[in-house]
Amino acid sequence: MSPSAEVPVATAGVSRVPAGDALLQVRHLVKHFTVGGGLFGGTPGVVRAVDDVSFAIRRGETLGLVGESGCGKTTTGRCILQLERPTSGQVIFEGRDLTGLDQVALRPVRRRMQVIFQDPYSSLNPRMTVGQILAEPIAVHRLITNAARRRERVHDLLQRVGLLPQHADRYPHQLSGGQRQRVGIARALAVEPALIICDEPVSALDVSIQAQIINLLEDLQAELHLTYLFIAHDLAVVRHISDRVAVMYLGKIVEIADRRELYENPLHPYTQALLAAVPIPDPALEASRPRPVLGGEVPSPLNPPSGCVFHPRCPIAVDRCRGEIPPLREITPGHWAACLLA
Amino acid sequence: MPALAVARFERRLCRRNPVLGGGRKERAVRRATTVGRGAKPPAECDEVPLRGATLRGVVGTLLEVRNLQTHFATRGGVVRAVDGVSWDVREGETVALVGESGCGKSVSALSIMRLVAAPAGRIVGGQILFKGRDLLRLGEEEMRRVRGREIGMVFQEPMTSLNPVLNIGRQLTEGLEIHLKLSPADARRRAEELLAMVGISDPGRRLRQYPHQFSGGMRQRMMIAMALACNPSLVLADEPTTALDVTIQAQILELMKDLSRRLGVAMLIITHNLGVVARYADRVNVMYAGRIVERATAREVYGRPRHPYTLGLLRSVPRLDEPRRARLTPIEGQPPDLTRLPPGCAFAPRCAFCVERCTREAPPLAEVDAGGHVSACWEAARLERVGEPVR
Ligand SMILES: Nc1ncnc2c1ncn2[C@@H]1O[C@H](COP(=O)(O)OP(=O)(O)OP(=O)(O)O)[C@@H](O)[C@H]1O
Ligand SMILES: Nc1ncnc2c1ncn2[C@@H]1O[C@H](COP(=O)(O)OP(=O)(O)O)[C@@H](O)[C@H]1O
Ligand code: SF4
Ligand code: SF4
Ligand SMILES: [Mg+2]
Ligand SMILES: [Mg+2]
Repeated sequence: MSPSAEVPVATAGVSRVPAGDALLQVRHLVKHFTVGGGLFGGTPGVVRAVDDVSFAIRRGETLGLVGESGCGKTTTGRCILQLERPTSGQVIFEGRDLTGLDQVALRPVRRRMQVIFQDPYSSLNPRMTVGQILAEPIAVHRLITNAARRRERVHDLLQRVGLLPQHADRYPHQLSGGQRQRVGIARALAVEPALIICDEPVSALDVSIQAQIINLLEDLQAELHLTYLFIAHDLAVVRHISDRVAVMYLGKIVEIADRRELYENPLHPYTQALLAAVPIPDPALEASRPRPVLGGEVPSPLNPPSGCVFHPRCPIAVDRCRGEIPPLREITPGHWAACLLA
Repeated sequence: MPALAVARFERRLCRRNPVLGGGRKERAVRRATTVGRGAKPPAECDEVPLRGATLRGVVGTLLEVRNLQTHFATRGGVVRAVDGVSWDVREGETVALVGESGCGKSVSALSIMRLVAAPAGRIVGGQILFKGRDLLRLGEEEMRRVRGREIGMVFQEPMTSLNPVLNIGRQLTEGLEIHLKLSPADARRRAEELLAMVGISDPGRRLRQYPHQFSGGMRQRMMIAMALACNPSLVLADEPTTALDVTIQAQILELMKDLSRRLGVAMLIITHNLGVVARYADRVNVMYAGRIVERATAREVYGRPRHPYTLGLLRSVPRLDEPRRARLTPIEGQPPDLTRLPPGCAFAPRCAFCVERCTREAPPLAEVDAGGHVSACWEAARLERVGEPVR
């Protein structure tokens, strides 16, 4: 399949978008990890961390990716960045399939695609000052070779993310969590990327600081025409920031739609359960709200259930669900769900 | 069920009023009668209170924290983690302690259990009255009994509070044998019951497993079983679901709430999640920089916040029940360094309502209306005029 071909139907949500409008296309992405069978014996098994995932992100758009712990969100992000080599499938970024490229060929691509991590504490080198942290990628990618100009650029970056020039001389441990996350964002911006993968960028921050960082990400997107893949488990935050939202469960996308459509008219029982489980900060409303609790837990990706992977927990499952794998289908225009009954 | 205490547990379950197990509506009615100082006991009393013979509206105070001060000596100076804090929990009630990380929530809970890490950490003042006794004056032996039996505790990270090399069964039966003096066989039977009670299936097999063989949600269920093992009258739950996924969080919170209702156990829920508080707490204490800045019933705090920090918190979170806003409204700035608290109101540098007096004088926690709603803000009256502030 050549990268310039029409986006295949399975590339949910943008089926009628010409391929050229998509900055990133993920096609049938699979990532399996082999575990066990080593030192500690046990039968070797295959963790199906990402199991046939397809989606596309348009230029300037924010795609939210939600799902419970271990469902494969981070692995999807790492496969896009080629930090993890996919088992199969394609990652087409700015028109090129990255899965076949070697490290040398990937270098210029890495500049166009950056990542912001959840944990601002561990993702910054503790022995470097903020100024050094920000100058390093600029030097490595030879964006600015003159040291004085580089310092200027660092100050410009600090200002952009709401920090002060004097923060350049601080070490990460001398900053608060919110400030460290600002440094993480500035570092991602330093190389002028087109796409930023934000992996739980506000989950470790206090609520009052989360709003600051979300506003900052939105401002930067507008100013710099950035495209985001926004990975998070907080459904309210994802609704706020995303244009479209994909819901993952056990390595698969079970639903993907425009933000509004997904939250107002969720079609997949898992999405419905997720939304019902979110407590709303209003005691009067909570007292009157039905509270169906989804039973059971996410099964192990080592041994996923047959048929629809959600069937052991699904409140409306029928016999058929145990045997048939529901394909991701376009139920209404732009709204895709993987449920036999949707 | 041989031992006396176990029989007591059973009795309590048997005395369960059908209303309690009933639908949401009944529960809401029942809850409304338990909330607030001014709330009257229900007129006709088929509402059998589960613990003690008193009615919910007039039940006594179970735990009263008075002017608690817990400080840590660090290289950077004295951290006033808990700086003169007073609050209480009544029998059978669920009280929340909310605030940002580092504001002193965990240290408050640890102080009650007298588990503050010495020598750096010290309770330097105040009283902790539990059923009328000052826990700070108890001997270590007596305190151990309080910890094991009378006050249960559930932590955010169950893995760090479970013993990785002891099987689940042993961790449960140990306390039962020591505190309830059960025989090993009885303790085992009781342990199975406890696991079943918290929704762990096949308890016989599960008791032989080790913590690492449990998922995060199951470990938290196990912690709850341990906390409830000896029929405590109070459970302190410090961020009990913060490490869990939203569907598992909902399971665990429903379980805790259900058990606390059925067994009449009072709960202190410590969390930074405003949604969790709204769903489960009767009364709320909002903490900032080592102090309580606002306290009221949950409905009051959310519906008519009278402290700028509470108002700011409520405004800063996106909500699923409201139209999406174009922009979030954060609280600007950062929480203060607890070793260098400003002289006046600790919130002043971030406060939109700040007036000149705020930077000089610390506002006391004062009543803002008759229903027991208190706020530590010089401008609390102005907040009332903000009108419907949250929406
Ligand atoms: N290097 C690895 N070796 C084996 N299994 C792995 C590896 N990396 C991830 N996995 C497994 O793949 C699955 C998906 O993991 P991933 O980190 O993508 O989840 P996630 O959705 O990001 O979860 P979280 O919300 O907890 O961050 C999990 O079951 C995880 O244990
Ligand atoms: N062992 C300790 N040594 C020094 N400072 C501590 C210690 N434990 C907690 N603190 C400090 O006390 C304050 C309150 O902490 P804590 O109660 O854990 O906050 P939270 O509200 O997040 O639970 C923080 O400033 C924290 O850094
Ligand atoms: S396919 Fe069946 S089990 Fe899966 S979500 Fe739909 S109804 Fe539930
Ligand atoms: S006392 Fe002053 S600074 Fe403090 S919260 Fe009230 S208005 Fe703001
Ligand atoms: Mg992850
Ligand atoms: Mg804490």
